[in-house]
Amino acid sequence: MNDLHIEQLTKSYGPEAPVLQGLDLSVPGGSLAAVLGPSGCGKTTLLRIVAGFLRADAGTVTVGGRTLAGPGVHLAPERRRIGIVPQEGALFPHLSVARNVAFGLTGLDRGERRRRMEEMLDLVGLAGYGERMPHELSGGQQQRIALARALAPRPALVLLDEPFNALDSALRTGVRADVRAALRATGATALLVTHDQQEALSTADLVAVVRQGQIAQCDTPQDLYRRPADPWVAGFVGDAVLLQGTVGNSGSTATTPLGTVALAARPTDGHTGTVVLRPEQLRLTDADTAGAVRGTVTDVCFYGHDAKVTVSVQGLDATVDVRVAGPLSVGPGEETGIHVTGEATLHA
Amino acid sequence: MSPTETASTAESAERPAGAPAPAGRRRVRTAARRVDAGSSRRPPLILLVPACVAALFALLPLGYLAVRALERGPGYAWDVVADERTLQLLGRSLGLTVVVVTACLILGISLAWLTVRTALPGARAWAVLATLPLAVPSYVAAFAWLAAAPETAGFTGAALALTLVSFPYVHLPVAAALRGIDPAQEEAARSLGHGPLRTFARVTLPQLRPAAAGGALLVALYVLSDFGAVSLMRYDTFTRAIHTSYRASFDRTPAAALSVVLVVLTVALVAGEARTRGRAGHARTGGGTARPAIPVPLGRWRIPALAWCTAVVAAAVAFPLGTLGYWLAVGTSATWDLGGLTEAASATLGVAAAGAALTTLLALPVGVIAARHRGRGARLLEQAAYAGHALPGITVALSLVFFAVRYAYPLYQQLPLLVCAYAVLFLPVAVAATRAAVLQAPPVLEDVARSLGRSPLRVLREVTVPLAAPGVAAGAALTFVVCMKELPATLLLRPTGMDTLATRLWTETGAGSFAAAAPYAAALILLAAVPSYLLGRSRT
Repeated sequence: MNDLHIEQLTKSYGPEAPVLQGLDLSVPGGSLAAVLGPSGCGKTTLLRIVAGFLRADAGTVTVGGRTLAGPGVHLAPERRRIGIVPQEGALFPHLSVARNVAFGLTGLDRGERRRRMEEMLDLVGLAGYGERMPHELSGGQQQRIALARALAPRPALVLLDEPFNALDSALRTGVRADVRAALRATGATALLVTHDQQEALSTADLVAVVRQGQIAQCDTPQDLYRRPADPWVAGFVGDAVLLQGTVGNSGSTATTPLGTVALAARPTDGHTGTVVLRPEQLRLTDADTAGAVRGTVTDVCFYGHDAKVTVSVQGLDATVDVRVAGPLSVGPGEETGIHVTGEATLHA
Repeated sequence: MSPTETASTAESAERPAGAPAPAGRRRVRTAARRVDAGSSRRPPLILLVPACVAALFALLPLGYLAVRALERGPGYAWDVVADERTLQLLGRSLGLTVVVVTACLILGISLAWLTVRTALPGARAWAVLATLPLAVPSYVAAFAWLAAAPETAGFTGAALALTLVSFPYVHLPVAAALRGIDPAQEEAARSLGHGPLRTFARVTLPQLRPAAAGGALLVALYVLSDFGAVSLMRYDTFTRAIHTSYRASFDRTPAAALSVVLVVLTVALVAGEARTRGRAGHARTGGGTARPAIPVPLGRWRIPALAWCTAVVAAAVAFPLGTLGYWLAVGTSATWDLGGLTEAASATLGVAAAGAALTTLLALPVGVIAARHRGRGARLLEQAAYAGHALPGITVALSLVFFAVRYAYPLYQQLPLLVCAYAVLFLPVAVAATRAAVLQAPPVLEDVARSLGRSPLRVLREVTVPLAAPGVAAGAALTFVVCMKELPATLLLRPTGMDTLATRLWTETGAGSFAAAAPYAAALILLAAVPSYLLGRSRT
């Protein structure tokens, strides 16, 4: 299978701090991994090194056991068998859709080339669009053709560079699902670079969070969200409630200003640390419910499908956010009770 | 180049993780990535070798001129340069330059302000009419003045002709700068108690300075390199003196030494122009018009303003055309040498086509490298190709004559040498067009083509060149037009017995036979108008 392995990748552009600082990443063949990070974290540099447009200072890149970059090795981009889907598609404006898709099909005879091209158009749901020119397509269609063009030569790996950025949000969800389905159908390994955590969590099999040129955490979307490696990752992949906590005697609970919470894993060291909860793990109750912590609502933000209620709790410097689904029963200034469900993580 | 460079440095400097991305960050980042795409790769040899050939080719005249001037010892060359006559020439050349530049500033700035900022009736039409003189070669303007008013010959005529063909070099950039100034600044000045004149002088004019200075330097360069107008007007400047000295004497050192002085002058001007251009760019980045300025009502100045515009356009456009028409009408079939006309026209088309072809071919690799690769080597290549920008036609021609006589005698007074001169002179035109055309094609397309298995050479052939082709073709058409109008190099290098429209026009005008000269001028304007028209149409 076409596993991607990146080891100790280092790159700097000048005397400043390196952009990549010994980055390690493994993606099993056939899966879609998202590389998620704030702008400037080095994710675009990572993508360009894997594609072969940049040389790393050190480190290796292998795909399916083939070394693409490493000590003394730097394969030219055209010899890597890596497809790329750039931002905004970047279709060749002087070629028809059919010739765009067939651009990478060099070794085949005419009939086979045509068949493969049509197969790819079919895959992305644009059969019959072959004779159009790129400017005659909508943004979402261009993006899907760009994917078809990248997948046509059966690359070992596909790199998607923030491909949904240029689309408006209504279109984005649909194109994202189509791209995911097309990648699944071909079984290609794919790396999706994005700074949008929702996109990463909803699209990818694996999410690698990059921070200052290193992978902060690489996990399935669920594990990443439920068990963030540290409070920074927790805050980066979603809203987080951070509390000071002390580990109980059994090691499976922690005492916090919001009461005793269950821990997802026994802490390996230390007795105190930061407890991370998600706002939807908190429930609002009547102010005098037994076992609930009392607080005062300071703000309510209504989103439609749910609402965020900000509560100030005695003994806590910062306010706590609670995500509430369904009808709201409280308003600013009212007293409320808070009660914690599910498991939390604790970070020393 | 410099704004993108700055963006790329900002990109490569690691920002602290989690730092909020400022608004507009994405656009800057895309630009940075674009430069980065090219800079990481050395130009492939297939581009580098022909580009170096083109650069050396462009520098050859400059180098050989120096060699030739110093051949009989630096002392002798110095004697020529320090001669009283040389100093006199310097004074005359600079005097003419100062007068023409001043006149162009007055014409250019006044017309720009009237057409951009005031409620002048027909402002847009005046703006278009005011650019037309660019299409009139200086020797055609000189022909018109001589034919209509022979007493203008000399300083007056030269200054008139040169001013009326070159003021658009000031008008165009100043008009663009005026459009770019936020009217809110002027409104702020008015609200702070400044009258309209004081506002113009203290707020508007200082912001126009970079644009006006850039235009003025271009005019100065034009005047110093001009041969057609000054020679027809019999006003001795460097170019005319070089020509006379070359024709009159077997001692070639004076011509070479004078050429070197002239080149030093023009190189200094080009350097100056490049500097103001950089600053003008900075001055403009702050701008960005929120909304168009409300046109200034002219009130009782309406009639004088209209009269001023009419006078300028009449003198610069209607007058040469009218004179031409008059002499065409006066001329009878007896004075019309139809055979000579067709011969000259076909010769003109032939040499111009060959010149445009060679120039475009040489410009292609340089333009691609200039657009896609950074670094000192790429910059040097581009600058070398721009040498022709600073070399007056007469000096390039002279240098090639010297070179051919010494090292390539079979080429002396043969067509290839003339075509080479065109290539050296007009390489900047074609390189600029190619570079702009390649920059239009996003480099990410080249990345995609590489990832789909294409070698760099095939990417060039299948993606870069097809995408840049319309722009390159436009550059070729432009080169064709400027080759057609070229006079001094053609005079010196044309094969014996061959005449172009420009040389015939020059000869006949010089001999005072205006009726005989008129058909050549008309044919030249018509032929040059076709590609210009096509260029204008394809741009809209």
